[in-house]
Amino acid sequence: MEFADEAPKLLMLLYGLIAFAVVVGGLLVLLDVVPNWFARRREAALVAASAEGSAVAAGPRPRRRSVVNRPEGVLALFFLLPTLLLLAIGLVVPAVRTTVLSFMDGGSDNWVGLANYKWMFAQDEILGILTNTLIWVVLVPLVATTIGLVYAVLVDRARFESAAKALIFMPMAISFVGASIIWKFVYAYRSGEYDQIGLLNQVWVMVGGEPQQWLNNPPLNTLLLIVIMIWIQAGFAMVVLSAAIKAIPNDVVEAARLDGVNPWQMFWQITLPSIRPALIVVVVTVSIATLKVFDIVRTTTNGNFDTGVIANEMYNQAFRFGQTGQGSALAVFLFVLVIPIVIYQVRSLRKQREV
Amino acid sequence: MMTTTTPPAPAGTESVPGPPVTRAARVRRRLNSPIATGASILIAVLWTVPTFGLFVSSFRPEDEIKTTGWWTAFSNPQFTLQNYQEVLFGRSASSGQLAGYFINSLVITIPSVLFPLAFAALAAYALAWMNFKGRDWIYIAVFALQIVPLQMALVPLLSFFSEGVSLGGIELMPAWNLDDEEKFVQVWFAHTCFALPVAVFLLHNFISQLPKDLMEAARVDGATHPKIFRSIVLPLIVPALAAFGIFQFLWVWNDLLVALIFAGGGSETAPLTVRLAELAGTRANEWQRLTSGAFISIVVPLIVFLSLQRFFVRGLLAGGVKG
Repeated sequence: MEFADEAPKLLMLLYGLIAFAVVVGGLLVLLDVVPNWFARRREAALVAASAEGSAVAAGPRPRRRSVVNRPEGVLALFFLLPTLLLLAIGLVVPAVRTTVLSFMDGGSDNWVGLANYKWMFAQDEILGILTNTLIWVVLVPLVATTIGLVYAVLVDRARFESAAKALIFMPMAISFVGASIIWKFVYAYRSGEYDQIGLLNQVWVMVGGEPQQWLNNPPLNTLLLIVIMIWIQAGFAMVVLSAAIKAIPNDVVEAARLDGVNPWQMFWQITLPSIRPALIVVVVTVSIATLKVFDIVRTTTNGNFDTGVIANEMYNQAFRFGQTGQGSALAVFLFVLVIPIVIYQVRSLRKQREV
Repeated sequence: MMTTTTPPAPAGTESVPGPPVTRAARVRRRLNSPIATGASILIAVLWTVPTFGLFVSSFRPEDEIKTTGWWTAFSNPQFTLQNYQEVLFGRSASSGQLAGYFINSLVITIPSVLFPLAFAALAAYALAWMNFKGRDWIYIAVFALQIVPLQMALVPLLSFFSEGVSLGGIELMPAWNLDDEEKFVQVWFAHTCFALPVAVFLLHNFISQLPKDLMEAARVDGATHPKIFRSIVLPLIVPALAAFGIFQFLWVWNDLLVALIFAGGGSETAPLTVRLAELAGTRANEWQRLTSGAFISIVVPLIVFLSLQRFFVRGLLAGGVKG
């Protein structure tokens, strides 16, 4: 490492931090100035009004709203401005633009109508990718949530609960790239005459199998990649569900116990219904994360050997093959898949806020 | 959430006189049965062994890693720091040179955490405690944006940076034309935009639960909103800021997709994840580099995570769904 190579980077970091201080500091100062300016203007108006008021002495008193309920649109705009501006530039406008691009050709020069969508559903390769994505989205939330739930129930109030939870939760801190390398090492292959270095092949050989190139054989390889995602997400499910289990009121549990339910009934009739909202949150969150899985596939197989998924193919089409139209169509398809979730979430949010 | 009272005595203390051996006690004993213990230990082992194998391997000499399984290291211990030396500081182009990428990761991450944190706190305050038309609609829109996949924004945002914006031939915004280190700005910008919906949502959940009396008292005393925000709200929401800060730190540090597109693959800006993914693709059998390299990328988030786990869990429980 040469320091000369690193200096410009650190300089950029310094610029970034200065920019942060200037922008945020400036915003706070501005926010201080704006209300004062308004206050002064209001005062001036009042003075003017009272000057006239002496002439029209018995006029209606100026309508005064309570301090708390006065509308504060202009000031609020300043609070919201950076966020709304960045969301518009960074998400909303680009999302609309991507939708438009999905009806154009690779170079975004000509309109092609629905050709990109037809391409998506006509190519065997892309259909395979859609099928893979479906398998991911079904298996990962199902298995990760189940394992997380079972583990949360098993270690609940056990002696080493927090340590036991930390072990399962740890993969959440590891990048998908790091996790992929960890598991690639587990799946490593050497031909039969040598010692194995991958754990899976070692176990496989010990039970009498021939060493396999696990990641090269569809459809098993997709399942092995799914294992990586489950490994990462189970911890998340476990933490959220564990908190929900702990929030079940004690008297409910005690009452059930007095009624003599066995652990099995307890789980199905008390625990599961009580944690339903948390369960939904977990399944939705994990499903969305899985739908967009990219890093794992790219790091392990790069989508070869029939392991591609939508997010990975979208990257390849748009950024490697220069097929902007096809890439955009895949992105839009991904978006269409999450629309039901968006609607569901917004509806439950509105219900929550009305209460 | 903390409605659970003192947990009842665990199964081991049943000899203590008190509630007689009721059905409840029997149930508890069954729950702590050997099968349950066995199953939880099995899951814990399955979840830990892969990481442990990588960790052990990263300290083994190259020819050992490549010819024998890491589990043999216990019967034939040979450990070295050579892999780390090589992958971090090695001179040859194939060695990884991860030290420089490590710095890139830091340079990318720090501003990408700070900017959304500040902007979102302001916005969340306005959405929770200020009166204006359309407040609910803005909140719902921001909330819904959480779920929109990043993929929807990538292509146009990249062209926004590289070509600027023009509408009907009129240039509204020139291209940014960033080179080398300047590309960090793109990455910060992208990460900030993508983080805002979750950040606003998480912080809003927290800020809106501050006591209403406190806010109204401050208003009646004549405090302006900016003053309330600075002197009352900010100190109170430190735990929430920490929770989102950790969340965003892990997200940015571990991100591959955004970095790949907006930072490019060059050694001037690419973070660790991009370099590691590249090594995993092109030098798939150089396990001495992959194991130590992966561990280097893991160690920072792991430290952050383990030391601040409590805040992080709180952030998760507030229900963030990242888009």
